[in-house]
Amino acid sequence: MSLLLAIFIIATALLFVTGLYSLLVTRNLIRIVMSLEILTKGVTLIMLGAGYINGNMAAAQAYVITIIILEVVLLAVATGIVLGVYRRNGSLNARKLNNLKG
Amino acid sequence: MNITILIILLAGMVVSAAACVMMRNLLHAAIMLAITSAILAVAMFVLNAPLAGVFELSVCAGLITVIFVSAISMTKTYTKEELKIKSRVRLKRFAFLPVVLIVVFVVLCAFIWPHLDASLQAAGIAQAGSNVQDTIWNKRQIDLLGQIIIILAGVFGVVIFFKESEKK
Amino acid sequence: MPLYYLAIPLIAVIALNLAFKEMGKKISFWVTAAVALLQMGLSVAAVILCAQTGSALKGQFFTSISIDFLSAVVLLTIGLIAFVSIVMARVMDRENIFNFANLLLLCMLGMNGITMVTDLFSLYVFIEVTSAASFILIAIHRDKAELEGSFKYYMLSAIATVLMLTAIAFIFMLAGDTGFGAVRKYIDGLGGAFPFQIVIAFMLFTAGLSIKAGLVPFHGWVPDAYSASSSPVSVLLAGIVTKVSGVYTLMRVYRDVFGSSPAVGHVLMILGLLSIFIGALAAIGQKDFKRMLAYSSISQIGYIIIGIATGSPLGFIGALLHFFNHADFKSLLFVDSAAIEMQTGKRDMNEMGGLASKMPSTGASSILAFLSTAGIPPLSGFWSKFMIILAVWAVSKAAASLALLASLITLAYFLVMQRKVFFGKTAEGMQDVKEAPRGIVAVEWLLSAITVILGVLFPLVLIYLKGIGLI
Repeated sequence: MSLLLAIFIIATALLFVTGLYSLLVTRNLIRIVMSLEILTKGVTLIMLGAGYINGNMAAAQAYVITIIILEVVLLAVATGIVLGVYRRNGSLNARKLNNLKG
Repeated sequence: MNITILIILLAGMVVSAAACVMMRNLLHAAIMLAITSAILAVAMFVLNAPLAGVFELSVCAGLITVIFVSAISMTKTYTKEELKIKSRVRLKRFAFLPVVLIVVFVVLCAFIWPHLDASLQAAGIAQAGSNVQDTIWNKRQIDLLGQIIIILAGVFGVVIFFKESEKK
Repeated sequence: MPLYYLAIPLIAVIALNLAFKEMGKKISFWVTAAVALLQMGLSVAAVILCAQTGSALKGQFFTSISIDFLSAVVLLTIGLIAFVSIVMARVMDRENIFNFANLLLLCMLGMNGITMVTDLFSLYVFIEVTSAASFILIAIHRDKAELEGSFKYYMLSAIATVLMLTAIAFIFMLAGDTGFGAVRKYIDGLGGAFPFQIVIAFMLFTAGLSIKAGLVPFHGWVPDAYSASSSPVSVLLAGIVTKVSGVYTLMRVYRDVFGSSPAVGHVLMILGLLSIFIGALAAIGQKDFKRMLAYSSISQIGYIIIGIATGSPLGFIGALLHFFNHADFKSLLFVDSAAIEMQTGKRDMNEMGGLASKMPSTGASSILAFLSTAGIPPLSGFWSKFMIILAVWAVSKAAASLALLASLITLAYFLVMQRKVFFGKTAEGMQDVKEAPRGIVAVEWLLSAITVILGVLFPLVLIYLKGIGLI
């Protein structure tokens, strides 16, 4: 394994751990969306690294741009949902979503 | 490309992401997220992906922060007293994050170290005859179509979800 | 031909929004229903063309889309369920019909895209399109429960996308491209000696798609999203959205991209059997009609997965047919539950009783649907389940027996449901319940007719498939 690959994998893994940890312990809906955003950052990084390692940077850039556009649209929709929940519940606490049981 | 710069940038990214998660004020967290994006954008410039870097900087560090900040300002923030109690609880829950990060880092290094070879795999030189514009417009039109459709869907989502806030 | 599937709904969306607002509202139902019917017609032609020529239909302008037999059947299912869903929305929810029609068209566009693309990354793009449209559809009335179900779906689906994208990045890193053909060529070239990135990519991709399909360790969002959303949306979600973005993608990726290796087969077999059992067992204990159907959906999707896991052509065709059949009878059951909820205002099955005499069409169609789900001949569900179990028997006798055993549980919970809801004493306050409106009854008859006719004619279908060498 080359040094470059190792660096990308370690950085992505650490970003994933950060996002997942926050996802597990947080109770605030906006923070949940932020944690998902950090996970997406990790994915963007590994996609970029993949393109850099195999030398096909053009395709990697096309992918990264697409990921960014989709990310922002989904984020806007998710924010709309969060604001709707806040308006109904008067709170952003995820533990109050208790009328749905897994 | 200098590999030291890359390592510093990526380390900065991880630190700012962890800071974003651990900040007790939501606004500060949003700003730390923007900084994470900005560092990623710089990393993109370093890695020969200027166009993606521009998008990351303007859309992720800019637009997404705006969305977050407006969402935060539309929801109630805690009073100082509540915040104090909250932050004590938060501290307990998030205290382990740096430890977890360090443990994961060490474990990954231990796994990867024996397989590491010194080669840097010099790459990053774009293949001849393929630039980004060409790839996007000639090879990946279907992705462009997908982007158009999702933006339409997003417009409907914004219309449906934000219409009510004007009423109240 | 593939271009039509993207162009027609897109033009319809644009036309609806360019028309004057009042007119747009009036015509939105007709336009959407016409698009759905057109898609069904086109797909029947595509199924026949693909079956006869045995080759894929290529796109004109977008060179990277194509339709083969698998996609054609899925496109047909999308058209059918979209039609059912828009008719229900017209009957049950006239105020929101404009938004609903537009989002349904966008969701159809996303699903048509998923079925036709031949590139892993484009697959991700269209999965995101479909999910974005479905989040909004689930929360279309902005009720508390709807918003919460939608957020839960968003959360899990975002995690699923992250897992899938990481897998795609690893594949792209090694193969240098993400087209199905290129990746397949690269993986075949490895000759079984997979580098660690590819192994990780397999695992992440399977986990991501399992979340999307609602397979058992990852099924937490399914009952919430299905039971929180309004009935036209739950028909759409249960009937087609989760199946296209999860199950179809699994079929496509394991057949055309990763290839079916024994290790992958084992993982899928275990996931499938777990889903079959846990879904069926959880369905027994449910009081809420829609939640029970959601768990039953998880269980039926398990059957499709074990069909794929066999890796044999018989199992694969069985899985594909069960895909269509399940879309048909599960949406029929959701239509029935919607009819009952609309007429009685209740979803708790313990509060119902004796509805068969009050709502004859709903009662009869639900009996047909449940017999088909449980796999009773000669209904269509029997044949596809039979093919799947035959294919599984050839691989592992234990797994096949387990799958048969689970069929009995299915029979059990549906019998309990029938007894509670449709038979027995008429419950209090249900004396003057009437049959559902005409639109819903028509849909019930359409879906029941498909189950019965396909079931009776199935031997002919089998002979045809055998004749063209698909089995």
